[in-house]
Amino acid sequence: MLSIKNLQTSVDDKEILRGLNLEIRAGEVHALMGPNGSGKSTLAAALTGRDNYNVTGGQVIFEGRNLLDLSPENRAREGVFLAFQYPVEIPGVSNINFLRTALNEIRKYRNLSPLESKEFLKLVKEKQKLVEFDVALSNRSLNEGFSGGEKKRNEIFQLAMLEPKLAILDETDSGLDIDALRIVAKGVNKLRTNDNAFIIITHYQRLLEYIVPDFVHVLYNGQIVKSGGKELALELEEKGYDWLKEESKERELV
Amino acid sequence: MISRDIDTLYDQFIADFETKSVLMADEPDNVREFRRHSFEHFRLLGFPSVKNEEWRYTHIAPFLREVYSTSSEKPGSLDQSFLSSLQIRSLDGIRILLFNGKYLPEFSELPPDSGIHVSALTGAYQERLVSDYLGKIADASKNHFVALNSALFEDGLFIRVQDGRRIERPLHVIHVFSSESNMFVQPRHLFVVGKASEVSLVESFLNFKNEAEIFINDVSEIEVGSDARVQHYTIHGGCENARYIHHTEVRQAERSVYNNYKASFPGPAFLRNNLNVSLNGENIESHLYGLYLAGGRQVVDNHTIVDHLKPNCQSNELYKGVIKDEASGIFNGKIYVRKDAQKTNAFQKNNNLMLGKKAIVDSKPQLEIFADDVKCSHGSTVGQFNEEALFYLKSRGIGEERAKALLIHAFAYDVLEKMPLASVKSHINKLIDEGLKT
Ligand SMILES: Nc1ncnc2c1ncn2[C@@H]1O[C@H](COP(=O)(O)OP(=O)(O)OP(=O)(O)O)[C@@H](O)[C@H]1O
Ligand SMILES: [Mg+2]
Repeated sequence: MLSIKNLQTSVDDKEILRGLNLEIRAGEVHALMGPNGSGKSTLAAALTGRDNYNVTGGQVIFEGRNLLDLSPENRAREGVFLAFQYPVEIPGVSNINFLRTALNEIRKYRNLSPLESKEFLKLVKEKQKLVEFDVALSNRSLNEGFSGGEKKRNEIFQLAMLEPKLAILDETDSGLDIDALRIVAKGVNKLRTNDNAFIIITHYQRLLEYIVPDFVHVLYNGQIVKSGGKELALELEEKGYDWLKEESKERELV
Repeated sequence: MISRDIDTLYDQFIADFETKSVLMADEPDNVREFRRHSFEHFRLLGFPSVKNEEWRYTHIAPFLREVYSTSSEKPGSLDQSFLSSLQIRSLDGIRILLFNGKYLPEFSELPPDSGIHVSALTGAYQERLVSDYLGKIADASKNHFVALNSALFEDGLFIRVQDGRRIERPLHVIHVFSSESNMFVQPRHLFVVGKASEVSLVESFLNFKNEAEIFINDVSEIEVGSDARVQHYTIHGGCENARYIHHTEVRQAERSVYNNYKASFPGPAFLRNNLNVSLNGENIESHLYGLYLAGGRQVVDNHTIVDHLKPNCQSNELYKGVIKDEASGIFNGKIYVRKDAQKTNAFQKNNNLMLGKKAIVDSKPQLEIFADDVKCSHGSTVGQFNEEALFYLKSRGIGEERAKALLIHAFAYDVLEKMPLASVKSHINKLIDEGLKT
């Protein structure tokens, strides 16, 4: 589904991603871990086409298309979704109007007719139930006045609504209480199919107990320095990142 | 466009007054005296230049160099489909139609309510209220265009709401301007809202595209009685060939509420909106909300004065501008808090969203406080799109244009949410979408 080869990305002329490789197949869940500032969110930004994140080298193929050639909106329409680490509040844009516009623009891109009001609201209800997100959405602006946890859960609700092929969850677990964490994980598990894939960026093993990953990768200094199965997350929880930093330094010296 | 010296237009009006004095010989003494007085002011004041503080950023000179005839055309026949095209959807308003500033009762709905009187201003000179208020609210001695209008106005509306009446249906006053050749029109209106009465007034201004330039210099005086409540909307749309100096002067008595909602859209090459509200009693509330979407090479200028004269009053002003293309927006808001006006709460804010690289805005909020026990604040901002928000919308599959439109509606929302009439709100939302496309 997604093939990242030697991806290099810089922000303000500062090189952040320094040759990153990653292969993701449909049906897989990949966890991405790594110390603060290692470049996890930068990878998400590069994949979704954020301004100021300049890809200076490498290649990203998504479902056979060169992802980096597409505008942010077309990446979304092709099926890439990012649950933001820090979702923005947009006063004056209603949650419902926003979702409906997004859904219908994606449908249009796929040559589907727009959803009627009734069908749309039915879908909203259904998906709210699926991800157990019961915050009242009508008559409220996008994320405005939402608590930190509610914002994160709204991201997962949007994910459920838009049904992307590839979903990147950037620290969705941080700021969630224990119950919310379990609910979000449950929601994600329900959304998992053989046709979609997830990249889960997290600092904590706990989330991965609920959403069991097929692979765990450690990003350090703009590169994936170690990959393994779900047990790698446990090992990191125990030992921290220092041993990997050492290894990586030694490698660079060689 | 034929261009000439500004003095030529000035001379034309000086000569005009001589000619018209003969025609106006039938008018009551007080009206003739008022015109003569005002004419003297205009003779001394002339037209403003950029050297005048109130006109520093508003380059009106090019529009005064155009050639205008000062006699206006009468309407041809107006058919039903034309009339219904002027309506605001699902606003069940009492239609009051004016053509080039003249009230057309045959194309207007007669108010069903006996508590309200609508007529041509010139037909109401015998009314005591007209002699009491005409020229008493707007001061011709300091304002060039008010002086000119007061000397030479042709006609306009007189609307009176009786004491204690609550007018259920909004009055929809439609001002249509149209001419085959260049024209300078000067409508004059007087609204007297009686004590403890309630009314909503929606004014639409429009003109149609043709070669002729139309300069509209209108003045409205509004007297708001004690305990009265007035909701006043004005919507300026139309085409490039219109130039407006739209002057509204409001005087409020104790415990009254006056809310003004202004919206203007791309079209008229020049629009100067003057709105002066004087809070002439205790426990008054005034709200001034404005939205201006300027495009093309439009000049859109909103000048407001809120004058607190007495204690325990509240005013709140919020103007929001969206400036596209090469348009220029001007905001100048003055709040006076006079010595007597203790316990005043007065707030003012102006925010601008710049869309065009060549768009310009000049924002000048001003506070002059002579009392000591008051709460006042003012401020203005000029900014661009919030990139974070824009990216968030795009990352959900919403295209650039659509995302921007959503953010513009969101920006306007703070003003729109204040409007009680939902039909006007959705009409304005529609005009925003149209305005963004042009
Ligand atoms: N917009 C930006 N401007 C300047 N520097 C940036 C910007 N975005 C990222 N960086 C820098 O790039 C590096 C990687 O940041 P990134 O946000 O990708 O880290 P992260 O792995 O997501 O960290 P965390 O775990 O703290 O979220 C950091 O040094 C950060 O300061
Ligand atoms: Mg991050």
